[in-house]
Amino acid sequence: MEKTGRTMLAKIWDRHVIARLSEDTDLLHIDRHLLHDLGGSRGLLNLKSKGLKVHNPELTFATPDHAISTAHGRAGTSKIGQELLAALRVETSASGIRMFDVDQPGQGIVHVIGPELGLSLPGATIVCGDSHTCTHGGLGALAFGIGSSELTHVLATQALIQRRPKTMRVKFGGRLPLGVTAKDMILALIGHIGAAGGTGYAVEYAGSAIRALPIEGRLTVCNLSIELGAKMGMVAPDEKTFEFLRGRPYAPEGAMWEQAVAAWRELPSDADAVFDREVLIDVEKIIPQVTWGISPEHVIGVDGCIPDPGNVDDPARRAAIETALDYMGLKAGALIAGTPVDWVFIGSCTNSRLSDLRAAAEIARGRKVAAGVKAWVVPGSETIKREAVAEGLDKVFTEAGFEWREPGCSMCLAANGETVAPGQRSVSTSNRNFVGRQGPLARTHLASPASAAAAAIAGAIADVRTMGR
Amino acid sequence: MPKPFNKLTAIAAPIMRSNIDTDVIIRIERLVGNSVRGSLGKWAFGSLRYLPDGSENPDFILNREPYRGAEILVTGPNFGCGSSREGAVWSLQEMGIRAVIGSGFGDIFFANCFQNGILPVVVDKEIVDSLAADIEATQGAGRLSIDLEAQTIVSPSGKQHIFEIDPRRREGLLQGLDEVALTLQRDDEIRSFQAADRAARPWIHFARPSA
Repeated sequence: MEKTGRTMLAKIWDRHVIARLSEDTDLLHIDRHLLHDLGGSRGLLNLKSKGLKVHNPELTFATPDHAISTAHGRAGTSKIGQELLAALRVETSASGIRMFDVDQPGQGIVHVIGPELGLSLPGATIVCGDSHTCTHGGLGALAFGIGSSELTHVLATQALIQRRPKTMRVKFGGRLPLGVTAKDMILALIGHIGAAGGTGYAVEYAGSAIRALPIEGRLTVCNLSIELGAKMGMVAPDEKTFEFLRGRPYAPEGAMWEQAVAAWRELPSDADAVFDREVLIDVEKIIPQVTWGISPEHVIGVDGCIPDPGNVDDPARRAAIETALDYMGLKAGALIAGTPVDWVFIGSCTNSRLSDLRAAAEIARGRKVAAGVKAWVVPGSETIKREAVAEGLDKVFTEAGFEWREPGCSMCLAANGETVAPGQRSVSTSNRNFVGRQGPLARTHLASPASAAAAAIAGAIADVRTMGR
Repeated sequence: MPKPFNKLTAIAAPIMRSNIDTDVIIRIERLVGNSVRGSLGKWAFGSLRYLPDGSENPDFILNREPYRGAEILVTGPNFGCGSSREGAVWSLQEMGIRAVIGSGFGDIFFANCFQNGILPVVVDKEIVDSLAADIEATQGAGRLSIDLEAQTIVSPSGKQHIFEIDPRRREGLLQGLDEVALTLQRDDEIRSFQAADRAARPWIHFARPSA
């Protein structure tokens, strides 16, 4: 048999096989397990009820993000949110798990702090009871979300039974036009191949536009892999990756750093590696994206028109568009730009990193949030919050009329009472425009941080390219 | 430990809209807390099942007889996409669902089903559509049969369809296997893997906390 090259997925996967359980299913070692307040204490209590102990507490890390309030002083955290936080403290401490608590550097959205602390590393297997764990793939890790049962399995064994996924490579070619961001790249891809386009695949993002992205942008691209249907997304590590990680608290140092980098250089897919599916995207044709419906695949360029179900022949697709427009309160065929908004949310594991806040602040600087619009900025971590304050970004936002808040998941999933009111319209930098995602009957439009800031200023969905500096 | 799944003959309800996500299956605020299990059945599909005033939506299929007693869902493409919340599976289970049939499911939802003894069956979209049409032709009264051992589905009109399933997953469901217990039997292998890996990739393995 002719030997063909190996994909990055195969290289990382094979390195972690403890036992081959069947032709395509393996027991994999898990290098990093991240816990959060919504499922962390439940998993640890579940383990205890089975009479089991955490297999490797030193490879397990915890932080509260989902259920805590992002108001100052964490005022308004629900009673149950406080109980979950208290339980996370007690159970992590009892098991010897490091927890990054509120107001400490290290606390933040779990997918923001992993890379920030250097816990997330190229070639590592990373899991968390949260579907956006694919974010960490931006550093060249094999990272994916798991449910409560698999979470307990990892706590008990530091391993997981997984079926090898199919492989897809998405090459983003060309140079990104001005005003177009990583968020727009991945939204455009989801629009192109659909919200189930990646189901069953591990996706590797490649091409000149991915190479040109800073690490934070790659994390954003990988973050929305799950919205593409893929539970794993990854970008090959390169010099930018190594520079990003060097000196971070949990990254290796000295001779071990050199040894690690040498191993990481071997990870990228071989030139002759064969993927089960290949997709090509020309980024020069991408314009700022905004969603109009109730699935991330319901996305168009900001200069586009809302789809008209009358122009669609397929009855299922027509019905889906009608359902979406009815929920969103939008008129078929109308321009999406100019749609008035009530809320703007800048935050989430998708877009709450320092570069996201800088991009939004650049649009907000010296301008005012439109009358009647409530706009929030929720930094992704305590460290990002402090860095942003040191740069004066908080002032830029508050002077423009945005509310500057404490780090957490906040309005992305509305698990903490931070919701958009029924019927109100939000432009959000988060990842899901599902029915009721930001609160019952809330209407969500996904967009980049710069586009969200532009909507806050304009009071309506707006083309950020007309508001550049 | 999940209950074994072998054969099921039951009422089936077609919910054919595509991309029914986990937030639609169960809203997040129902899952906040460490003792939510047992309370979720009535909140499954909340935004479809109830009107804004809290009353039942008579147009939603699971609010109509005989579908109210459904134990099988026949679903549109990409059912269960979205979040990793296992509560989506728990809520279906608590409202009596034991199997879901569709042309494709969200990857994490799919894995979570097996962990709870729920059978997710993937078949071609043409078969899903034909099953839904068959069920609707009997106004839901006709029973749908699933035989996991034989890997067959029989529609209310008697049409038989074969389905594929990962043999390991099938065995796990038939026996109601506990994966944690099975993996712990391999703990020696896990520990020897870690010892070798510590030498090869020392940057991955931190010092263990002192007892």
